Amino acid sequence: MSIILDHVNYVYGEDTALAVHALKDINLVIPDGQFIGLIGHTGSGKSTLVQHLNGLIRPTSGAIYYNGEDIHEKDYDRKQLRSKVGLVFQYPEHQLFEIDVFKDVCFGPKNLGLPQKEIELRAYAALKQVGLEDEYFYQSPFDLSGGQKRRVAIAGVLAMKPEVLVLDEPTAGLDPKGRDEILDQIAKLKEETGITVILVSHSMEDVAKYVERIIVMNRGSVLYDDTPREVFKHVEELEQVGLAAPQVTYIMRALSKRGMPVDTSATTIAEASQEILKALHRTV
Amino acid sequence: MIRDITLGQYYQADSVIHRLDPRVKLVATIGFIISLFVVDSWVGYVVAALFLVCMIKLSKVPFRYMVKGMRAIVFILLITVVFNLFLTPGEPLVSVWKLTITKEGMRTAVMMAVRLSFLIVGSSLMTLTTTPNSLTDGMEKLMKPLKYVKVPVHEIAMMMSIALRFIPILLEETDKIMKAQIARGADFESGNLIKKAKAMVPLLVPLFISAFRRANDLAMAMEARCYRGGEHRTKMKPLCYHGADRIAYGVLLVYFAGCVAIRIML
Amino acid sequence: MGIIKTDKLTFEYIRRDEEGNVEGITRAVDEVDLDVKQGDFIAILGHNGSGKSTLAKHINAILYPTEGTVWVDGMNTQDEAHLWDIRQEAGMVFQNPDNQIIGQVVEEDVGFGPENMGVPTKEIWERVEESLKAVGMYEFRKHSPNKLSGGQKQRVSIAGVIAMHPKCIILDEPTAMLDPNGRKEVIRAVRALNDVEGITVVLITHYMEEIIHADQVFVMDRGHIAMEGTPREIFSRVDELKELRLDVPQVTLLAHELREKGVNLPEGILTIEEFVEALNGCQSF
Repeated sequence: MSIILDHVNYVYGEDTALAVHALKDINLVIPDGQFIGLIGHTGSGKSTLVQHLNGLIRPTSGAIYYNGEDIHEKDYDRKQLRSKVGLVFQYPEHQLFEIDVFKDVCFGPKNLGLPQKEIELRAYAALKQVGLEDEYFYQSPFDLSGGQKRRVAIAGVLAMKPEVLVLDEPTAGLDPKGRDEILDQIAKLKEETGITVILVSHSMEDVAKYVERIIVMNRGSVLYDDTPREVFKHVEELEQVGLAAPQVTYIMRALSKRGMPVDTSATTIAEASQEILKALHRTV
Repeated sequence: MIRDITLGQYYQADSVIHRLDPRVKLVATIGFIISLFVVDSWVGYVVAALFLVCMIKLSKVPFRYMVKGMRAIVFILLITVVFNLFLTPGEPLVSVWKLTITKEGMRTAVMMAVRLSFLIVGSSLMTLTTTPNSLTDGMEKLMKPLKYVKVPVHEIAMMMSIALRFIPILLEETDKIMKAQIARGADFESGNLIKKAKAMVPLLVPLFISAFRRANDLAMAMEARCYRGGEHRTKMKPLCYHGADRIAYGVLLVYFAGCVAIRIML
Repeated sequence: MGIIKTDKLTFEYIRRDEEGNVEGITRAVDEVDLDVKQGDFIAILGHNGSGKSTLAKHINAILYPTEGTVWVDGMNTQDEAHLWDIRQEAGMVFQNPDNQIIGQVVEEDVGFGPENMGVPTKEIWERVEESLKAVGMYEFRKHSPNKLSGGQKQRVSIAGVIAMHPKCIILDEPTAMLDPNGRKEVIRAVRALNDVEGITVVLITHYMEEIIHADQVFVMDRGHIAMEGTPREIFSRVDELKELRLDVPQVTLLAHELREKGVNLPEGILTIEEFVEALNGCQSF
């Protein structure tokens, strides 16, 4: 059970003067159950890449395999694939359209042709998974707050019971409170169900706390693909491509430069504080 | 996908025609269209063709670019030709089964085809050489007298230019919502007409909501920047006629007079 | 009286159900008193729904107080005779970059405000040029706004406001929809306006790192002002900020955590340099 991208290339507007080589020779293996952060600045190709994973975009060359099957084989069921690889777009609340929250979440499973009972069970479970209280189920989705709307939209994808959940900048435009709630909810979901989660983001700080693997994209290619700790070691290179490491990394580097014996690869505040305390005690 | 549709296909170039005042181009286009219906002889069409070819040459828009625009209307052109060819009464030329081609039919068919294609090329020459913005500016100024009969000229022009600004944004949005719904298993392609129409709901509802939200935001932003209608307003790029525009009006007048003369004399 | 002053500003709106019956009244802004000095850089923080955007719209006379008064440069915003003067003096930049650009060419958009004010053509061109230069977008003046990045679009919007020669500029979450690079671009442009041109800035945001350079910070919660002070004063109250679910820069958080573990660090550390200095001072290594 995995997704494999084999030499994937994608060119926008091929055969025109304005052709853009959006993805260049991407080779990736995404095994089951990983929590992955896909990082890159605007225009690095990360959104284009995730749209390949559920067959929304067809690569110009190369192949994508889901559970060993080529998803662009002639009689491959791509509709089925889209329920297995759930994609939550940027600002997903803009896709809500039904008269109440519950009906909207039913849209996905209904498209899969499931029996009514199953549809409703799934919708209910999905809304619970994103932590929405029952009282909102029969309200118009347009009356909810920004953070709630977004959770409804995520539930709309979860109701299809995906094996892989891809979220394209799920926290864009939210305030810190809304952001933490969504990310915590996703982390909890990951823990409970064990599904693969791919989190697309341009914020290193958001991602470092949650994921076990970071893929850094730059100009359509994969620049780094490693654990957060390893990736953040390349601070200068990350800055060159318009990204930055978490502020903690900079603090640790600054301390180390001043001669304090700390491990500069700390990526969270807890790690950093431990390192500093250790160093302080050592010198006492 | 949907984003590839290009609207108001302005062709960037630096030519005499591009630099002309949009009002001149608007008047000239209308004048040219009228002239096509004034003349009814071959000499007249030759004159119109010459005029058109000169303008295209001056505009520096490549000819194949013009032809590309023609492709969309080939179908309409064919229908007109076929109808005129078979349905005009007169002296029979050829007769196959129940269909008769008459001499008069032949003549009108060819004439209509010429008129129609000249008309399309002539008006597309205007949109190719004028940015949508200056086109609305030109219209606003030309229609100004209508203000005295309570036509909201400034508002119409402002609406047109805002619409033009938001078309690409809304197209992009349509593309995005469509993809998002496909990711939720929506199917926009298969099924009969009713099923297809129903499948549009998840696309159209979000699109309308977004359009209203944008309109609301935009109205607020415009008010915050002191917009209060056409009164007291000055122009950053006011339209004023230059030498070339006067000459253009002269050329147009000569051409038009020529067409009328041909009509009367022949 | 400062350039912006509010006295017990209160704004209420009536919630209605689908039939139009009154369901209740929401107090979005609750007795807020502000007094902003000319040339200051003010930041208003708060999470969504705290009333900060509603407050901002009062300064530009888009909304009017239910109770209390707002003055801009001494003019009461409810005085209709001054409406257009107020909107010219207090320019406003909104959150969504796509929904506030009116022109189809960058320079035409920047000229929109001056056109509405009836500025003579020649002067419009001068203003457009100087405004675009002030935000570093002059080389893009002939471009279509659709082709620009989010940060660039917001800078064009800012230029559009500067071209109206305002005394103060209110930015309502101008960076919420931008990526980190776009955010930096916009904040840099805003700071330059305040430092170089001396324009009063009211920045509304929920990003803490954007307010470090403000002269005065107001934290809003449920319609009223919950905290008020310099950035250093605000950041030294880490626990309160956390309670309000606001972000604190990692360096401030780290210092706070070490302090709690007994390390002798001062409160309210804002930058990495300060942190390193302070740590250096309390322990020689």
